[in-house]
Amino acid sequence: MAHQEPQVMVLPPDKEKIKKLWRVAGILLIITVIEFIIAFTLPHGAAKTFLFVLLTIVKAGYIVGEFMHLRYEVKVLFWAVLVPMIFVVWMLVAFVYEGTKIISY
Amino acid sequence: MSQPTAAVSPGKSVWDGGTSPMGASYGKLMMWFFLMSDAFTFSGLLITYGLVRTSNPAYTGTVKDFFMSTAHWPIPEKVFEAVPFLHGVELPLVFVGIMTFILIMSSVTMVLAVEAGHRMDRLAVEKWMLWTILGGLTFLSCQAWEWTHFIIGTDNGTLIKEFVNGQWVERTIYGANLVENQYGPPAFADFFFFITGFHGFHVFSGVLLNFLIFYNTVTGVYERRGHYEMVEKVGLYWHFVDLVWVFVFTFFYLV
Repeated sequence: MAHQEPQVMVLPPDKEKIKKLWRVAGILLIITVIEFIIAFTLPHGAAKTFLFVLLTIVKAGYIVGEFMHLRYEVKVLFWAVLVPMIFVVWMLVAFVYEGTKIISY
Repeated sequence: MSQPTAAVSPGKSVWDGGTSPMGASYGKLMMWFFLMSDAFTFSGLLITYGLVRTSNPAYTGTVKDFFMSTAHWPIPEKVFEAVPFLHGVELPLVFVGIMTFILIMSSVTMVLAVEAGHRMDRLAVEKWMLWTILGGLTFLSCQAWEWTHFIIGTDNGTLIKEFVNGQWVERTIYGANLVENQYGPPAFADFFFFITGFHGFHVFSGVLLNFLIFYNTVTGVYERRGHYEMVEKVGLYWHFVDLVWVFVFTFFYLV
């Protein structure tokens, strides 16, 4: 079969972009290592939980913003994804608070 | 493949049709909306975990003196401390840390595959998709081991007292299932199975989708189509799976 493969223009790798992706990966790994250090050095309590949640949100921001490219999307798409999540955070806070008020034996 | 919003003729809105008002193709937009609904499902699971955890009695002693009992919620680092081939060595959260590392790395290789797709570089897409599939399979294998360990339990088990036929009897339980759990209240094991299981199922379907993309790349489907947008769409899904793990890691293993 003399099947002719279509000729495609392969562009050279975008060094700058690839370097940036690896940098984001490095940041994500460093934050995970910091979380580990916190897990075994700080005493359990509200401050520790707060730090973990904060670092998680930073990690989530990098994954959604850079890897999923949301930062560079049109503003209306960006907010359409982000705004509903704010309500989810409120729901989490409300339910965790309610949980402390339920007495279970 | 970001499609720029087409110029709109005067007197017409971008919402009148013929353009992509959100600057994303139909398929990509629908993937975003699907991921939103999936995020709600995972939030539901994690929020319920938060509710049930805070309504159960917490362990109040020091971390060093921690003991397992069905009467209080366990400290996760005391439950997840086993690593394959190192039986009896206490390595809290090390294995789950390795799993997190694997999943983040497979997310990086996925985004490199997307980058290669933008350049129409078929060989590079194939290479990075293979690494991503390998990462996903490794993660799934780790999870299979973790589940097995969790179900079988520790060497000594946990002694429980229960009221059977009008008298108190003592019994040792090993590991966990949906009804009993040596590590803590049965609900703890239920949430472990449901949350990590639902996430694992997403990883599994992600690997299948990644393989489909890899297959189509190898057979030249996307090259003939002229763009690699499918890599991007499945990439969104794969990053989402990684994102969910970041939250599961924090709320289930760290907090």
